[in-house]
Amino acid sequence: MKNILALLLIAVLAFLTMTYVVDNNLIPEYGEARLDQTVSGAYVTQSVTEKNNDVSFGRSDNLETGSANAVTSIVLEYRAFDTLGEVTVLFIAALGVSLLLGSSENFAKRPKSGFILKVGSKIILPIVIIVGVYIITHGHLSPGGGFQGGAMIAAALLLMAISDPQFIPSIKQFKLLEGLSGTIFIILGLVGISVSGYFLSNYMDTGIIGTLTSAGIIPILYMFIGLKVGSELISIITDFLREEAECD
Amino acid sequence: MINIAAVVLILLGLYSLLTTQHIIKMIVGLNVFEVGLNLFIITIGYRSNGIVPILTRTNNVQDFVDPLPQAIVLTSIVIGFGLTAVALVVAKKIHKTYGTYLINEIGGKVE
Repeated sequence: MKNILALLLIAVLAFLTMTYVVDNNLIPEYGEARLDQTVSGAYVTQSVTEKNNDVSFGRSDNLETGSANAVTSIVLEYRAFDTLGEVTVLFIAALGVSLLLGSSENFAKRPKSGFILKVGSKIILPIVIIVGVYIITHGHLSPGGGFQGGAMIAAALLLMAISDPQFIPSIKQFKLLEGLSGTIFIILGLVGISVSGYFLSNYMDTGIIGTLTSAGIIPILYMFIGLKVGSELISIITDFLREEAECD
Repeated sequence: MINIAAVVLILLGLYSLLTTQHIIKMIVGLNVFEVGLNLFIITIGYRSNGIVPILTRTNNVQDFVDPLPQAIVLTSIVIGFGLTAVALVVAKKIHKTYGTYLINEIGGKVE
């Protein structure tokens, strides 16, 4: 009976959403997004405050963000305040996990890892960490950035915890790293107020688009976001490893 | 078309949220819901023959797909991760207190 009611509700919702999605003036038809009619057009050509028609790789300099990756220039320049909120949400999630799981210092006895896992993890671990650092530092040039690279570094630590039953991440130092990088992120934003009048503004030289040292403050901010996200994920992983102990 | 598929994913997630009794399955349903939603937001910014919004030597900004939905989905994914982590911990707590993951069995045991 309940399933039929749910199915009926879903059918009504499906009808409503389909009519909304298929024929609507507010959202564009599939494959027909028009950038020149929305704010995204200004984001892409980096002309939000002043008109700018020429963005070419390796030539244009002194652009608004100077980031070749348009998503990065939105995440850390035009909507950097959103990113601060996003990092805060992740911090609160990590805090909630560690509060709910208690602070027992006992760790579960993990099962012995097999030969393949032990040897294979030794081979791929350095590669995973190097690729993670690469993704963080090239967030303004190629796909990726602080969140993705931080998740990769945390995954490397999870691999270490799986392959070595004795390995326990030192959570105190990661908490310190997390707090420190979050504080530096906010300080870098506050410097923007004194230099150019608004929070998290790009007050450094943006350089020539497409070079590693371009985009001014963005690579520095992404580095600290990478450290913060990585250490937050590692502390969540460590909390889950610890919780196993309480169940035994 | 992919936006219809995304809506179907959203509805599937909602259906599983409405019908299941198992908390872990609810979390999985919530994740399906969320993936559908993220996919739908990304399809809003798609243009036919559009390319990745990253400037390289061989392309120019006029061909880009809309980067704004992608930036918003980045936020949404991170928040979804935090939500899943906290939800799993709460599920673990419920299992520890009541000895079951089924919400209809918990109902009778509340004091």
